[in-house]
Amino acid sequence: MKIHKYDTVIVGAGGAGMRAAIEATKRSRTAVLTKLYPTRSHTGAAQGGMAAALANVEEDNWEWHTFDTVKGGDYLVDQDAAEILAKEAIDSVLDLEKMGLPFNRTPDGTIDQRRFGGHSRNHGEAPVRRSCYAADRTGHMILQTLYQNCVKEGVEFFNEFYVLDQLITEVDGVKKSAGVVAYELATGEIHVFQAKAVIYASGGCGKFFKVTSNAHTLTGDGQAAVYRRGLPLEDMEFFQFHPTGIWRMGILLTEGARGEGGILRNKDGERFMEKYAPVMKDLASRDVVSRSIYTEIREGRGCGPEGDHVYLDLTHLPPEQLDAKLPDITEFARTYLGIEPYTDPIPIQPTAHYAMGGIPTNVEGEVLSDNTTVVPGLYAAGEVACVSVHGANRLGTNSLLDINVFGRRAGIAAAEYSATADFVELPEDPAKLVEEQVERLRNATGSERVTEIRKELQETMDANVMVFRTEQTIKTAVEKIGELRERYLNVSIQDKGKRFNTDLLEAIELGNLLDLAEVMAVSALARKESRGGHYREDYPNRDDVNFMRHTMAYREVGDDGTESIRLDYKPVVQTRYQPMERKY
Amino acid sequence: MATPTLEKADEAGAPEPGFADSPYITVTFRIRRFNPEVSEEASWQDFQLEIDPKERVLDALHKIKWELDGSLTFRRSCAHGICGSDAMRINGRNRLACKTLIKDINPEKPITVEAIKGLTVMKDLVVDMEPFFQAYRDVMPFLITTGNEPTRERRQSAEDRERFDDTTKCILCAACTSSCPVFWNDGQYFGPAAIVNAHRFIFDSRDEGGEQRLEILNDKDGVWRCRTTFNCSEACPRGIEVTKAIQEVKRALITRRF
Repeated sequence: MKIHKYDTVIVGAGGAGMRAAIEATKRSRTAVLTKLYPTRSHTGAAQGGMAAALANVEEDNWEWHTFDTVKGGDYLVDQDAAEILAKEAIDSVLDLEKMGLPFNRTPDGTIDQRRFGGHSRNHGEAPVRRSCYAADRTGHMILQTLYQNCVKEGVEFFNEFYVLDQLITEVDGVKKSAGVVAYELATGEIHVFQAKAVIYASGGCGKFFKVTSNAHTLTGDGQAAVYRRGLPLEDMEFFQFHPTGIWRMGILLTEGARGEGGILRNKDGERFMEKYAPVMKDLASRDVVSRSIYTEIREGRGCGPEGDHVYLDLTHLPPEQLDAKLPDITEFARTYLGIEPYTDPIPIQPTAHYAMGGIPTNVEGEVLSDNTTVVPGLYAAGEVACVSVHGANRLGTNSLLDINVFGRRAGIAAAEYSATADFVELPEDPAKLVEEQVERLRNATGSERVTEIRKELQETMDANVMVFRTEQTIKTAVEKIGELRERYLNVSIQDKGKRFNTDLLEAIELGNLLDLAEVMAVSALARKESRGGHYREDYPNRDDVNFMRHTMAYREVGDDGTESIRLDYKPVVQTRYQPMERKY
Repeated sequence: MATPTLEKADEAGAPEPGFADSPYITVTFRIRRFNPEVSEEASWQDFQLEIDPKERVLDALHKIKWELDGSLTFRRSCAHGICGSDAMRINGRNRLACKTLIKDINPEKPITVEAIKGLTVMKDLVVDMEPFFQAYRDVMPFLITTGNEPTRERRQSAEDRERFDDTTKCILCAACTSSCPVFWNDGQYFGPAAIVNAHRFIFDSRDEGGEQRLEILNDKDGVWRCRTTFNCSEACPRGIEVTKAIQEVKRALITRRF
């Protein structure tokens, strides 16, 4: 075991982690621990753009953006945070441009902007061009640009280091972050990083679904690490299903395709979104479009022999426009489906895409241990966190924005904290939990296999807690997850070695997914209403009287060692906007 | 040599979209294994799978790892060609495993899979990427400007933006660099990927560091080592015209115009 000492440690090197690192490295001795090489992070898979009311191509302002974000999140958004997001969006985009990001340009040479779902002029009058973009690889360009600037700033990376535990020490009755424990993939060695400040920026957990746009590596490691140490997770029942994933594969096809004029059609060729969202049509918010697609499928208007998908039609758009604005997604259709998007519609279905919930933070990125108490020295930003700017449903282009705005804020706040704070003493035997976990798995002889449990988990999540949910389906999922968690205790792996043991890491990742899936299902069961991405067929309406509040889920361990989940609730911050009926 | 066989394809191998019902076929994957914890010698190992030929090579590797041999080691993440983790040598050619469909690489014969060349193999298909990223860092891959920052964005015409569009697509997968015979023979050569990323900034109208980067690339291990074999352009999974970009950098070195 090695012990390292840094002022600031950042966990994860996607957009939020690297944006934080650029700020933290200037102000404090900083290390970034990342399970992937930074440029492999899933920020790079984001396509369509980053929202900011630059008003480069038409009238726009940050207040309209704030309103759209609050409405898009079905009024579960903390409005103070949404206002910061929309206001700081403008400088955030300009900062990236100054760092070198090659945005598409207007004829004047300014940053070009295009339409995106849920973004509107003057509180819902009509779609507005707010998304700043670089073809359909905006996330790729953000990830590259941030990595380039990390190289420029001399950011210190520990690549292929898996953070598996959060260290917390109680000082004078206050729980403080003391550091993290990491597993080095190349050698199997365990490292303790003592740090004054720790920032989690480790991304989402979408791999508990089967049909998902998420990378294999998105296994909720950060959420699981803090949750197991008794800290809450907020709003985990809210998961976004992106309307246009490649049928059965789940690979993302950007909403920018509809922003450029693409149309969703059922088997009769009908533009069905006109029925569900007369004003915004195909550019309604994602939860609305995903439910509409499944409604078409359920009512027998799906495409294909099994009627289990619909079409994204780009055939009426000029090939030059597809080549210039959507080169990557048209290539995906060719590569994976053998379809030519110039002439043929693309079969799509909703795909599990984004966790709105996560580690609760305030607007400075400080992690909360309950509804109001800050954990000194602990921060989170990006998809791993819940600040909450996305509420019950995130708007497209607001996640690339979130990682830049709140990644920057967390980086500054953490480094300023570590400039004045002292190191917190490490707990006794700090690596104990991780060492035991690794040794147990390496020596296990049980009959259960990681692949089988993961497959059953993904199948039950897809079947029971996806776009449509009922008490019955959620209970089925809760029971199944409980069974899988039992079986997981009896799991064994084949690779017993120390060097690049990805077999071992996949087993650990599965444990994280199981914990988070259970939190998600239990939180969903208790929310007896429909709001944003959480749709209960048995409670189809939003219930502001009983459920205009955030879910806070805590892991509890009884005296006999039995684990359970305790749910509590936190009020939503409302400033300007009263809840209204949500129409697009 | 063990040749485990999967009796029956599971649901993960169900017919893929956009195609008529397609029968599973039996495919042999011949994989170059290396694990110094077990043996100092590398060796080939065959695995037979019943698999839908419209699946990706990455799907086949996962099937082997998850159902036959958990010790098979490779990097992967996004699984659709954007993260750059899974460049490998498939049937003797550098490709991304997640962008290569089995049907497109003659599954009648054993499909060979081995680590990319020119970088030290750590285990199975995993190589040491550090020298590759060091070459990238050496070309100063970031925007260099002087003077005060503008209040708003820097202006750039659509034409100027187009000038370096191709080289912004790079995902740093190393398929190009590790297909280059010069790089195989001389690990000091920067390699195509680093030059591509230098090109991305040299031809960016906003950048003022072109001269510095050109000096770096004028080095004995710089662009002049390129022998224009076009391996890199053929290997690029993003379709970047790598050789053309290298030629443009060479021309800029001679004319000092960019």
